[in-house]
Amino acid sequence: MPAEGRAPAAPAKAALDVDRVSLRYATEAGIVTAVEDVSFTVRTGERLVLLGPSGCGKSTLLRAVGGFLKPASGEIRLGGAPVAAPGPDRMVVFQEFDQLLPWRTVSGNIAFALRRARGLSRAEAREVALDWAGRVGLGKFADAFPHTLSGGMKQRVAIARAFAVQPAILLMDEPFAALDALSRRRMQDELLGLCEETGATCLVVTHAIDEALHVGTRTLVMSPHPGRIAAEYDVPEVARRRGTPQFAALEAEIQARLFGGPRAAAEEVVDV
Amino acid sequence: MSDGTLPVSAATSPARPMSLSPRARQAVILVALAAIWEIYARWLGNSLLLPTFFETLTALWTATLNGELPDRTLASLSVLLSGYAIGIVLAAAITALAVLNRWGESLLSLLTSMFNPLPAIALLPIALLWFGIGASSVIFVIVHAVLWPLALACHAGFRAVPPTLRMAGRNIGLSGPSYVFALLVPAALPSILSGLRLGWAFAWRTLIAAEMVFGASARSGGLGWFIFTNRAQLETANVFAGLLAVILIGLAVEIFVFATLTRLTVQRWGMEG
Ligand SMILES: Nc1ncnc2c1ncn2[C@@H]1O[C@H](COP(=O)(O)OP(=O)(O)O)[C@@H](O)[C@H]1O
Ligand SMILES: [Mg+2]
Repeated sequence: MPAEGRAPAAPAKAALDVDRVSLRYATEAGIVTAVEDVSFTVRTGERLVLLGPSGCGKSTLLRAVGGFLKPASGEIRLGGAPVAAPGPDRMVVFQEFDQLLPWRTVSGNIAFALRRARGLSRAEAREVALDWAGRVGLGKFADAFPHTLSGGMKQRVAIARAFAVQPAILLMDEPFAALDALSRRRMQDELLGLCEETGATCLVVTHAIDEALHVGTRTLVMSPHPGRIAAEYDVPEVARRRGTPQFAALEAEIQARLFGGPRAAAEEVVDV
Repeated sequence: MSDGTLPVSAATSPARPMSLSPRARQAVILVALAAIWEIYARWLGNSLLLPTFFETLTALWTATLNGELPDRTLASLSVLLSGYAIGIVLAAAITALAVLNRWGESLLSLLTSMFNPLPAIALLPIALLWFGIGASSVIFVIVHAVLWPLALACHAGFRAVPPTLRMAGRNIGLSGPSYVFALLVPAALPSILSGLRLGWAFAWRTLIAAEMVFGASARSGGLGWFIFTNRAQLETANVFAGLLAVILIGLAVEIFVFATLTRLTVQRWGMEG
């Protein structure tokens, strides 16, 4: 068993600082500002959610934290040190299913990441990989190639790979957005279970209010064009459980904020 | 085998009344073609123009037993493999240049658009001028036949690697050579394999064509030369035997090398486009 049974840290130390960051793309039509002057902090053990409609710069922001994109201005710091390049201290779970290496099996994908990122030996990596495959319910599929798996199973592998590497922070870009509603709910619960078990620090991006409330401990609502932080909600324990009045109240409040008027709670607020 | 259209089998699998595997269907077609050939050649009765199928097989058998055909085949294959190997190395180098650098990319697309439409065999006169009559000239031409289609396929394969997969690779710490060999190359393998296949076919054709142009070095001549000299001596059955040998070798490489490679890699990984 990997030794990562850390309890959520008591002192709220900053794991990640996003400090007045602006992100731009150079396109043929000119410079596009995707994210403008955004600042926030993710504390150790916290699960921060970035919630907002499609196109408000959530993926861009996450890519910058991942080190794939340089800020036009501002700074991103991980544990105090500026982020310069991608690295396994910030494991990313992407929305797309093609994030797994098709030529490696389920356990092979996890084990390869462990060898590259944590320098484990082949044997150690395989052992930890098998353990993680089992923890996301894919013990029987450890030797299957990704193309034989369903979308949900592929996302489980990506999640297992990210957790196994034990990054300082886990970055997730709408990991369940391409799944059907039933799988999505189940995967949210499983993810929550893993987070609570490991005490992982997470930065999660989503466009679904119920997912934000259920999965996160704190939610930042973003507004588009350019992407900015519009509001912040601390989500108390009781408001994270579906079906509680607190959950419904907070959902309605965020809904109202996003659309400027109350509306019946829907599964998803913003569709593309 | 041939009358598999029994009503019984049609009733059990109405969707496919003739349930033969693709391989079996091809075998049936092959036998039919040989039969047509045999019948037509017998009806024609002129073995100078068209030997029968069995005459060709006999000629193939004789030329194999007396060692001539194996010698010619070996001569051809050794030249072919040299050219193919050099072509692969050069294609790898130029693709690497194109992946690393914008100028390299422009160079590759310019050179491929120039040389790809040019049949490699058209370079033979220049090769003869530069290298004289001999294996080097043929190798030069084969390198051209392999290099451009292979470099083009590899480059297209690298460019088509999905951005998410690239990011996932860099995320776990792949960079530089490990990024290329542990991520880009396997991800582009379907394209690389089809480039290798195409390169092989081009090289093989070019070789046979080039060998027919050669008159002097008969002693070390390959299969093309075998075909050419037998035509000059009106040994038409041998000409057909030589052609058959060319086809059989091509098929053998396709089945035993490329099909096996594909099955063990991209097919197993579900990466076939
Ligand atoms: N590679 C890119 N090149 C140019 N513009 C981009 C690129 N990726 C995203 N954008 C633009 O940046 C903005 C934010 O996009 P994105 O971060 O993908 O939003 P979200 O993930 O919230 O849906 C959008 O207006 C989008 O058009
Ligand atoms: Mg997005």
